[in-house]
Amino acid sequence: MLTFLIRRIIAAVPIIFGVALVVFLLFNVVGGDPAIMMVGKHATAQQMADIRHEYGLDKPLPIQFLNYLKEITTFEFGRSYATRQKISDMIVSGIGPSLSLTLPAFFITTLISVILGLFVAYFRGKLIDRIGVILCVIGMSIPSLAYILFGQYYLAYEMRWFPISGYDYSFPGRFDYLALPIVLWLLLSIGYDVRFYRTAILEETSQDYVRTARAKGMSEPRIFLKHVLKNSMVPIVTNVVLEIPLLILGSFLFETFFGIPGLGSITIDALHNSDFPVIKTMAFIMSLLLIFGNILTDIVYSLVDPRVKLK
Amino acid sequence: MTTATSPITQEDLKIPLAQGKSLWQLGFARLRRDKFAVVCTAIILFYFIIAALSKLNVIASPWDLKVAESYARPSGESFRMWLGADIFGRSVMYKTIYGTRTAIGLGLVVAAISVPIGVILGAIAGYFGGWIDDLIVWFYTTLSSIPNLLLLIAISFALGKGLTAVYIALISTSWIGMARVMRGEFMKHKDREYVLAADSLGASHFSKIFKHILPNVSHFIILNFSMQFMSAIKAEVILTFLGVGIQGTPSWGNMIDDAKLELARGVWWQLTGATVAMFFIVLAFNILGDSLRDALDPKIK
Repeated sequence: MLTFLIRRIIAAVPIIFGVALVVFLLFNVVGGDPAIMMVGKHATAQQMADIRHEYGLDKPLPIQFLNYLKEITTFEFGRSYATRQKISDMIVSGIGPSLSLTLPAFFITTLISVILGLFVAYFRGKLIDRIGVILCVIGMSIPSLAYILFGQYYLAYEMRWFPISGYDYSFPGRFDYLALPIVLWLLLSIGYDVRFYRTAILEETSQDYVRTARAKGMSEPRIFLKHVLKNSMVPIVTNVVLEIPLLILGSFLFETFFGIPGLGSITIDALHNSDFPVIKTMAFIMSLLLIFGNILTDIVYSLVDPRVKLK
Repeated sequence: MTTATSPITQEDLKIPLAQGKSLWQLGFARLRRDKFAVVCTAIILFYFIIAALSKLNVIASPWDLKVAESYARPSGESFRMWLGADIFGRSVMYKTIYGTRTAIGLGLVVAAISVPIGVILGAIAGYFGGWIDDLIVWFYTTLSSIPNLLLLIAISFALGKGLTAVYIALISTSWIGMARVMRGEFMKHKDREYVLAADSLGASHFSKIFKHILPNVSHFIILNFSMQFMSAIKAEVILTFLGVGIQGTPSWGNMIDDAKLELARGVWWQLTGATVAMFFIVLAFNILGDSLRDALDPKIK
C-alpha cells in the first residue's frame, strides 16, 4: 500500500508539471499581455508598468515560468487583482460552501438513484422498466440550465417554497439556501444516474452465479437482494468514488446561479472581473485536487473490490 | 465420354454462395429495424436541413430585424411570431432557427476536427508504444487533469470571447476521449494474427495502422463522433451562460442566458424556444447513440 502510494505520487509529478505548463502557457503566452487583460486597453503607461512590475510580467518568459513554479511549490499565490484578498484565503473560504452544496446533493442523489435503479432492474423487460428508461432518457436530454432557470422561477419565485438565492454561513441556516440547489441537482442528475445503475445491476443479473441460484430454486427477490445487490456494489461504489474528487470543486452553474460563495463562484466572479491571478490559481489548485483525488480513488477502489491488487 | 475439363462454376453447383455480412451491413440492417433509431435519424436530419436552409438565408433571415414591439407575446398570426419577440422586438422563432445553425455548425466542426486528432494520436500511441506512447499519454492526462469546464473557461478567457474561442476550446478538450479509446483498441489489435500476417507480407506501419487495424475499430469512431457532436452543443450553452461563449449572433446559449432575467417578468418564450430546440436534438442523439452501440456491437447477434 505504502509503496503504491509513493509510486503514484511520483507518477503525479510530471502531470502536475504539465498542468503548470499548460496553465502558464494559456495565461501568460497564448492570452497575450495579461496586464492589458487586467487593467484594460485604456490605462496609462504608468499603471501598466506598475501592474507589470507587481505581477512580475516585466521579466522574460522563462523567468516568469520559474517564478510561477516557485509560487505553486510554496503555495504563495499572491493577491487577487480585483479584491486584493490573498488568494489562498479565498480558496480556504470557498471550500466550505462548495462542499456544503455538493456533498449532500451527491449523496442524496446517489441513494435515491441506486434504489430506483434496483427497482427498475428488478422489473427488467416489463412495462415499469420501459417507462423508467424512457423517463431517464427524457430527463437526461433536458438542458441543465432549463432545470435551474425553471426550477428557480417556479419553486422559489412563484411558489415561494425556497429563498431565491443567497447563502448563510451559520450551520443549519445554510441549508435554507442550499435546499433548492440540492433538489434541482437531484432532478438534473437522476435520469443519467438511474440509467447507469440499472445497467450496472443488469450486468450482474446475467452472471453465472445468478443462474446457479435460480437453478437451486431460490426466489427471485431473494436472488436480487442477497446476491445481485451485493455484487453490483462494486460498479456502484466505483462510480461514487470517481465522482468524489469533483465534489470539492463545487459546481460552477449552481454556485453562480444561486449566489453560493464556493470555489465555482469565486472562479466565475474572477472571470467576469478579468481577475487573472485568481483564475490562474484556481485552474492549478483544482487540477491538483483532482489529481490527488484520483490517487485516493484508486486506494478506495482496492478496498471495495478484493480482486483489485495495488501494484 | 468427354475428356474436356471445364472448370466448375457456381452455376453448375446451383448452390448460392453463402453471403457473409460485414459488421456495417449487419449494423445498418439492425438500425433499420429499430424504429426509434429511424425516427431519431429523421429528427437529426431535420435539424441539419433547418441549419442548411438558415445558412443559405432561405429561412429566418434576417433575424435581427425589429418585427414587433419589445417582448410581444407569441401569437399564431405569422410564423415568425409563433414564439413572440425578444427585448428588441426581434422574432424569437428566427433566433431559435439561427441558433440551430450555430449549434449544428459547432457540433460538426468540433466533431470533424477533434475526432481525427483523437484517432491519429490514439492510434500512434497504442500502435508504437514506448516513449511516443508515454508522451501522448502524458499530454492527455495533463489536459484531463484540469477540470474540463475550467479548462474550457481558461482557454476561452485566454483567447478572448467569441465563437472562434469556443471552437478552439472545445476542439482542444474533446479529442481526449477518442484518443483514450483508440489507444486501448490499437494496443489490443496490434498483436493479433491478421496484423502479424500483414506484417509478414511487408506492410508498412502506415498501411497496418490505417488499412488493417483502423477498419476493425472504426465503429468506435462513429459512436464517438455522435457523442462529441452532442457534447459540443451542450458545452456551448454552458460556456455562453457563464459568460465566455458566443456573443453577437444568436445561439441557444445566449438565448437561455438572456432568459435568466426575463422569467421574472413573465417572458417564458425565449427560454422555451431554446430549451425545446435543444431538448429534441439531444434526445435524438441520446437514443441514436444507444441504438448505434447495440447495432455495431459484434457480440450481439
